Amino acid sequence: MTKRIEDLIVTDNKRLNKEYFTLELTSSGPLPEVKPGQFAQIRIEGSQSTFLRRPFSIHDYDPSENKIRLLVQIVGKGTETLSRLKNGDRLNMIFPLGNSFSLPLDGQKPLLAGGGCGIAPLLFLARYLSGRGFAPEILLGFRNKERILEYDDYLNFGKVFITTEDGSEGQKGFLTDHPVLSSGDHDIVYCCGPEPMMKALACFCRDHDIECEVSLEHLMGCGIGACLCCVVDTVNGNLCTCTDGPVFNVNDLKW
Amino acid sequence: MVNTGFSIGDLDFRNPVLTASGTFGYGTEFEDFLDISSLGGIILKGTTLEPREGNPYPRMAETPSGMLNSVGLQNKGIDYFENFIYPVVSLFDTNVIVNINGSYVEDYVALAARIDKLKKIPAIELNISCPNVKMGGMAFGTDLASAREVTRAVRAVTAKKLIVKLSPNVTSIVDFARVAEEEGADAVSLINTLLGMAVDIRNMKPSLSTITGGLSGPAIKPVALRMVWQVARAVNIPVIGIGGIMTADDAVEFLLAGASAVEVGTASFIDPSVSVQIVKGIEDYLSAKGFSDISEIRGHINRNI
Repeated sequence: MTKRIEDLIVTDNKRLNKEYFTLELTSSGPLPEVKPGQFAQIRIEGSQSTFLRRPFSIHDYDPSENKIRLLVQIVGKGTETLSRLKNGDRLNMIFPLGNSFSLPLDGQKPLLAGGGCGIAPLLFLARYLSGRGFAPEILLGFRNKERILEYDDYLNFGKVFITTEDGSEGQKGFLTDHPVLSSGDHDIVYCCGPEPMMKALACFCRDHDIECEVSLEHLMGCGIGACLCCVVDTVNGNLCTCTDGPVFNVNDLKW
Repeated sequence: MVNTGFSIGDLDFRNPVLTASGTFGYGTEFEDFLDISSLGGIILKGTTLEPREGNPYPRMAETPSGMLNSVGLQNKGIDYFENFIYPVVSLFDTNVIVNINGSYVEDYVALAARIDKLKKIPAIELNISCPNVKMGGMAFGTDLASAREVTRAVRAVTAKKLIVKLSPNVTSIVDFARVAEEEGADAVSLINTLLGMAVDIRNMKPSLSTITGGLSGPAIKPVALRMVWQVARAVNIPVIGIGGIMTADDAVEFLLAGASAVEVGTASFIDPSVSVQIVKGIEDYLSAKGFSDISEIRGHINRNI
């Protein structure tokens, strides 16, 4: 998989709610092969406080239309700048980076579990799995009804379960409280979200002998394994989140 | 056609752009983005005698026009280097330079002796300026007697070209450059990172696990340029300028200030192909100004001072 630096053209900037938006980016030529779980390093110019690139999961990937989508939460100056991009604007990115989620074995039943912005890599994963004959179940956790993101998009690829912390939609509580998790129906869980959520889920999976892969978010310098800034402490020593990850089997983490 | 080559003694470089240690991995990380043979040389990630895990995460913080790091020389040690990295990097068609680090003079000597046996490595960069290790590193680079001792000891065991990488965290960097020259260094490279820190006010904690770290990026360029200018006037060996070089224009500033070459560092994180663009940009600058050889502009600003 060859990595590249490219200016992609913004072809859609869709506001989902006060905090979130999706960016559709189109390449002028064929895209490289991208796998679910991989990410892109985005360059945000025009501010001395956004000196380094920012990593974003590939939220969706459509090679037939040369399109990639990112799901972005506005958290600071960089993402604020991105939120103002208009159709026709260019965005410089390095992609595809990192490893990817591993495919389930034949007959294995996957559960995709995402919290908040952590749902980002799971849409592409759901599309990928359903296109390969798997029937993923998808468990998404949000703070409240207003913050639910792209429910209908996930519905295209499997059964979707929702939890909200205040109970304004779906099951009340944390994602880890949802009965679908304890149904015993899944052989492998793919997870992305806030670290406490991923740790709780990893713990649950370990106790129930379910395979679990998590996608980690660490501060990154280069994104290509050169600066060694984004390391995670694993059973095999310090590994780079950008090249050895971002997807790790929880058995390799010291959680 | 302009000539941008330079030499350290009898070691020729096809152009003056090298990649700074710790910012270019072992070169292989960048092969999707550039042709390594189009660079003057690459300086590999700092190597130590024993494997090192480095410092705990978080070991990086973004700061205005720059970044702090406290990686702490994470690397797999010289045995691994000889067995698994050297066979790969020795195939690169450019000058591949190993950056060596230690806690004791004996570590540096042992490493230099090992590197000395590697045919395809023409030069050693002696790192006496890493701010992120508890023992050694910058301790050598901020004490004149220690800098002298380690340079002398390493010089005694290697015939490779010896480049001493200097720390800016001293009162007079010129004194350290002179000591390196007196002890037989073939060149000096400067500056390593400036010791700095950042505080995360949301969590009310230091941003780095080690509290302090090394500052790099455009934020340090004026400091680096000043030091390179001072050192280039004080020594007769080639000076390699490092510090916040993001563009060919930045590189040309260093050349005009007296550097024979430059190392591109943090910029490679933002654009992994930037070093080859800088090579091209320097050629374009020379052509546009009507020069045919890069040596014509070296230290040019001194002519009117």
